Amino acid sequence: MEMDAPIGSNALDVGAQGVVGKPLDRVDGRLKVTGGARYAYEVEQGPKTAYGFVVEASIGKGQIKSIDTGPAERAPGVTLVLTYRNAPQQGTGNHHVAHPVLTSPEVLYYGLPVAFVVAETFEEARAAAYLVRVNYARTPGRFALRSGLGQARAPQGGAPPDSAVGDFAGAFAAAPVRLDVTYTTPLQSQAMMEPHATLAMWDGDNLILHTSNQMLNQGRDAVARTLQIPVENVRLISPYIGGGFGSKLWVNADAILAAIAARQLNRPVKTALTRQQIFHVTTHRSDTIQRIRLGTDRDGRILAIGHDVFSGNLWSEQNYEGAALQTRTLYAGENRLTRHRLAPLDIPVASSMRAPGEAVGLLALECAIDELAEKLDLDPIELRLRNEPAADPEKHIPYSSRHLISCLQEGARRFGWDRRNSKPGQSRDGRWLVGMGVAAATRGNTLQLSKANVRLGPDGSAVVRMAMTDIGTGTYTILTQIAAEMLGLAPEQVRVELGDTSFPQASGSGGSYGAASSGSALFDACNNLRAKLARLAGMDPDSARFGDGRIEAAGQSRQLVDLVGPGGIDADGEIKPGATSTEFSQQSYGAHFAEVGVDIDTGEVRLRRMLGVFTAGRILNEKTARSQAIGGMIFGIGAALEEALILDPRFGCFVNHDLAEYHVPVHADVVDVDAIFLPELDAESNPLKSKGVGELGICGAGASIANAIYNACGVRVRDYPITLDKLISELPTQS
Amino acid sequence: MKAFTYERANSLAQAATGSSKPGAKIIAGGTNLLDLMKLQVETPNHLVDINRLPLDKIEDTPEGGLRIGAMVRNSDLAADLRVRQRYGVLSRALLSGASAQLRNKATTGGNLLQRTRCYYFYDVTKPCNKRDPGSGCAALGGFNRIHAILGASDQCIAVNPSDMAVALRALDAQVETVNADNATRAIPIAEFHRLPGMTPQIETTLRQGEVITAVTLPPPPPGKHIYRKVRDRASYAFALVSVAAVVDAAGGRIRSARLAFGGLAPKPWRVAQAEERLIGASASERTFDSAASDVLNGARGFGGNDFKIPLTRRTLRAVLTEASVT
Repeated sequence: MEMDAPIGSNALDVGAQGVVGKPLDRVDGRLKVTGGARYAYEVEQGPKTAYGFVVEASIGKGQIKSIDTGPAERAPGVTLVLTYRNAPQQGTGNHHVAHPVLTSPEVLYYGLPVAFVVAETFEEARAAAYLVRVNYARTPGRFALRSGLGQARAPQGGAPPDSAVGDFAGAFAAAPVRLDVTYTTPLQSQAMMEPHATLAMWDGDNLILHTSNQMLNQGRDAVARTLQIPVENVRLISPYIGGGFGSKLWVNADAILAAIAARQLNRPVKTALTRQQIFHVTTHRSDTIQRIRLGTDRDGRILAIGHDVFSGNLWSEQNYEGAALQTRTLYAGENRLTRHRLAPLDIPVASSMRAPGEAVGLLALECAIDELAEKLDLDPIELRLRNEPAADPEKHIPYSSRHLISCLQEGARRFGWDRRNSKPGQSRDGRWLVGMGVAAATRGNTLQLSKANVRLGPDGSAVVRMAMTDIGTGTYTILTQIAAEMLGLAPEQVRVELGDTSFPQASGSGGSYGAASSGSALFDACNNLRAKLARLAGMDPDSARFGDGRIEAAGQSRQLVDLVGPGGIDADGEIKPGATSTEFSQQSYGAHFAEVGVDIDTGEVRLRRMLGVFTAGRILNEKTARSQAIGGMIFGIGAALEEALILDPRFGCFVNHDLAEYHVPVHADVVDVDAIFLPELDAESNPLKSKGVGELGICGAGASIANAIYNACGVRVRDYPITLDKLISELPTQS
Repeated sequence: MKAFTYERANSLAQAATGSSKPGAKIIAGGTNLLDLMKLQVETPNHLVDINRLPLDKIEDTPEGGLRIGAMVRNSDLAADLRVRQRYGVLSRALLSGASAQLRNKATTGGNLLQRTRCYYFYDVTKPCNKRDPGSGCAALGGFNRIHAILGASDQCIAVNPSDMAVALRALDAQVETVNADNATRAIPIAEFHRLPGMTPQIETTLRQGEVITAVTLPPPPPGKHIYRKVRDRASYAFALVSVAAVVDAAGGRIRSARLAFGGLAPKPWRVAQAEERLIGASASERTFDSAASDVLNGARGFGGNDFKIPLTRRTLRAVLTEASVT
């Protein structure tokens, strides 16, 4: 079906068993905690398997003058050393469509693979990799974002980088109250738990890749394009993925190197990146420089809103950090300006990381709103109330659903916002200065083409198949619930099979659209199967009800197992985005509330409690949705307080490339964090009436912490992360 | 990781003999050594495993102190009732380090030998005089937020990452060793770690083939035990500044104080002048600031770590304030 018109009452609303929405435990949870879920690197192919290890470039830019592979080739167990000299010709394209490796002696960035050493064991490959001697001719590079600002330009080919409504410059200049502030956010790394890994095998001209990848269909296209083979010859298998956060959206070097080596050796080749390698060999989130200008009348109504963003990427890429995108739709105001500029650099590829755009855009915008509220002597929630738009202020179309105000008000009530002293530095608990902060959350909602097949077997159990992925989000579980709900089965009677491109095409996991897209395709397939079953039962499909393994209509009741026959019966389904995606402005919303303590002596910041209140349409599983929201909020804690990939501009490398020194929150940082969803249905979004939750939790979370820090100690840090060294010089010297 | 030979020691003599060979190393908990071997920062040709040696006892000494076997795991040491009751600063320091899993594996002897967390030391493609003498110091002109402000040289500005060793320094511990000739030594903790000078690759006064057998603690000094670790997150982070303090104060006066610092220098840092100044002094901000000035005498930042100077001052003041509240 195509999403061309609002969804009326459907099988999830009327006659439902109530399976969708329940906090069902993850159906794959037991497998995961017992080690039964096989991740890419854990798939066994027997003793013929060889192991590959990547050798990274150790310069930021330049050329390989000479490369001596002799010692490595002679090392114990080594079967192959691939370099640009013996790697095959490959297809090209930007990072989203191809990933050629070892193509030339040019070193485009630090960490670019320059060799791939394959041996009988992983240990032998790794040891031999250190024997590859590469002699480089260095050339000067542009590594730091600031060094590329002079050459920054409007990126091409993606979402429009600029937007303008009314007369921003005139309105800002004339506004009675003005704020003009610049925030910066650092380079970040996705730091997912499972490293990038691939097991590649050839069967004649057909390639099978067990690989950790979030979007298998586009991954398959990229592998085919890179290796210059027909797409139907490529199969990607990825049933379990230990997190991705954007780092596995695209095919990475591990997959292509393993595929090339497996073909040359005519045996399976397995490889995994080490934790240290992941930081350079794969993608990261760009740092940003964000200037925000807000002009209001004396009552705080926004007259002019402007957001200028600089981010950086490898010079050949056009992907930019869309940090001003939410500024086009979040608040009212007649005069508006957003601009994104991309600096061409000589560093590894910058790409999506959880909530690309909003995650760092709201770190700036929602703190600027807090600064504005103080300037106006208004409560920051009241300021947001006064700038609630009736319709999308740039697209001039209605919102599909928007309950930001409800989130703010309900959150304020639950959090005890009325106990906040609006004057900073007034609240004390022992050595801690205590403060509260608030920020809005918003994340764009979209739908992607997805297909599904559902088969009801003769034993009355159902099998769902699609080339969807579950990256730890709970996709297996919500798809189980949707199928059980629609077919009137118990969840235990449904088996969901994902992660294989031999199954129907699916959206994959990214952009918070996975659940809506794959779930809607399955919903459609189930509807089609219901119609088939109703016809077999001689019942009217529209009035038939499904429950307890039976179909009922007009006083008649039949067991489903009596209808399906020995071969079972199946149906396909499909969802396509349609007119509602352009006729309605679609976002999920929320409000974050944070309370922090700032150590008056040392400037250490520790979270004390945090609450997120969200609306995201129909919630498909209360537990997995809450886990997603909390996971996002924890990302926000990291973004506010800890995360920063440090670039050394002398080498063009990231110096803290391990998890000891690239800090993400640990358990002790995450105290008393809760998330709730308010009831909402979105009839324009998709047949499930749901909206994305996977990224919503991170959006604005860090800003609420930054605002709480300001409220606690009166120091406004505009350069993330807010580490103690940026606070202590401003804290009082007498405790 | 480079190929190496492996030997499980069944006696101290075997351990000492086995580790006497050039390129040999002892492995205990392996929480640091194995990581470094995978990255080829450490490339021993022979490993002597001492995990089966009976060095895991904590015993009372006739003098009223404790003798801690080299193989006592960090978690066991921190949990020992005698340590918790009499050497609270040590228990707290241990529990502030690493993670529960690492503490279960890490040993008393191994902790004394853990190596710096300098980013450039960990990356074999970068210059580092500690890893590759004469190659230079990438941290000097690089990202040095976690580096030393005291005791560094122009060859190396790395810090010692241990929390345990800072507490041991405040407690005047001694490190007991034995070698292949069965000769024993008792090395005062103050002399165990070396400053980098021109030879940053030599970090301790331990000799090749000398095996740490125990750490002894003299009877506990009087006073309140505090370990204050300032760090970038609530757990599992190395100290930016840490203070191990045992302070005896009453009636607004300090009778005695022992203060050792982590995160500031290539070794646990202790300044006698600061402690002497505190003896008999009134517990006032002015006194504390003077002591901090003694500690920071000669301190020098390298850009990224300049903040450690005011941070040390502020942290010490907070610790002494807490210590002198009776």
